[in-house]
Amino acid sequence: MADNAEILAGLAEIVEEVAGVAQDDVTAEKSFVDDLDIDSLSMVEIAVQAEDKFGVKIPDDELANLKTVGDAVNYVSANAK
Amino acid sequence: MSNIDVVITGMGATTPLGGDVASTWDGLLTARSGIRRLEADWVEELGLPVQIGATLAVEPTEILPRVQARRLDRCEQVALIAARQAWSDAGFAEQTDEHTDVEPERLGVSLGTGVGGPVTLLSQNELLHQQGLRKVSPLTVPMLMPNGPAAHVSIDLKARAGVHSPASACASGAEGIANGFEMIRSGRADVVVAGGTEACIHPITLGGFAQARTVSTRNDDPAAASRPFDVSRDGFVLGEGSGVVVLERADRAKARGARIYAKLAGYGITSDAYHITGNHPDGIGQIAAMRAAMTMAELSPSDIGHVNAHATSTVVGDIGEAAAIRTAIGDHPVVTAPKGALGHLVGGAGAVEGIATVLSLHEGVVPATLNLTDLDPKVQLDVVSGENRKVELTAAISNSFGFGGHNTALLFVPAS
Repeated sequence: MADNAEILAGLAEIVEEVAGVAQDDVTAEKSFVDDLDIDSLSMVEIAVQAEDKFGVKIPDDELANLKTVGDAVNYVSANAK
Repeated sequence: MSNIDVVITGMGATTPLGGDVASTWDGLLTARSGIRRLEADWVEELGLPVQIGATLAVEPTEILPRVQARRLDRCEQVALIAARQAWSDAGFAEQTDEHTDVEPERLGVSLGTGVGGPVTLLSQNELLHQQGLRKVSPLTVPMLMPNGPAAHVSIDLKARAGVHSPASACASGAEGIANGFEMIRSGRADVVVAGGTEACIHPITLGGFAQARTVSTRNDDPAAASRPFDVSRDGFVLGEGSGVVVLERADRAKARGARIYAKLAGYGITSDAYHITGNHPDGIGQIAAMRAAMTMAELSPSDIGHVNAHATSTVVGDIGEAAAIRTAIGDHPVVTAPKGALGHLVGGAGAVEGIATVLSLHEGVVPATLNLTDLDPKVQLDVVSGENRKVELTAAISNSFGFGGHNTALLFVPAS
């Protein structure tokens, strides 16, 4: 199982691919919407790619709770098979 | 009728002849062809009778940032590129929250398309069936909707005076410009970014046009396939691209010292109400559109020195337009048909050809019609072929006609 640093790096790759945010800017405390300027459409794409990459399920009601990059890392860490 | 004069202060385009207005115009003047053999797996696999198209000279993904490009259908990409060029050409800086050269509430967009984003629709449908819903892009709907190009331009330029996206097939680009003119004349806006866009080269569009027997099958000689008014023409060649102009209140343009390419003095929009693809045999709608444009501009047929014809290189259509021009204007105008070089840009055609018409006025030269070597005797017009024609013009008309019986004529005069 990947550790949190690896999950963060993997997530940063996805965020860069989908939304064009430099990987170095994708840090745990950042808010997807307020800090990284990612809209709801891109969040859906990021979630689908994260599901594929980390082998997790991210239902819509869980996605709504993932406000920061750190929230997403912790969710993946806790739910990855 | 309001007496507000409307002028053109900026122009942008990306076409099969070049990635901007200058290279497109150069292509028309130097008899280059934008038509190529299509290089895609399906060309061989499907065995379609048409294997040629007028594809873009410059890929939009080479111009737009990667992340922005992936959120846009190709027809939206080219519209945004052309609009930004036109905006910059007009002498305006990027519109930001801190600085706007045109007040957003007085800035409109009128940018048409024939079919919008069918390629997105088809590719996402394929994903849905092959990989399931979760692989379908959340951007599917904004990428396929026909108002998408105009809406993206409005967002980019912060235009809040209203966004229109006329869908009148091959007249969409000209109708975009006519509607933009109307937005200014009616007082709704001071500046309108107007034009048209298309990017729908795909086996199903080519197949559909082929089944309607409207496209050229001269696959062995792509550069010679589009030959408006020539006796050996056998159909149009599907192209892609966008043209956009900045329309501006004349007093505003003069006050800021803008370069004025031409004045849009009038337009005519009519409908045939006859057949869904064929033009009226008596040309009543086309004639009425040209006459309406002259009436609005308070000009006579003798004033019209040049017609940039719609002429798509179809057997029936070119003859019908030639007869309509003779009836509405006479046999004196110098005529050219840019689709010989450009192919048929569908929703982009009227705007790109409107730009060519403006440049003919501005530069005093009418480009020769590419591939016109043997004028159909039924045409009976002064169609420029071989050499470009130098001519001082006092007024010029650009025609655009579309499936559905849409007829639009734009009438330009030199900047006074």
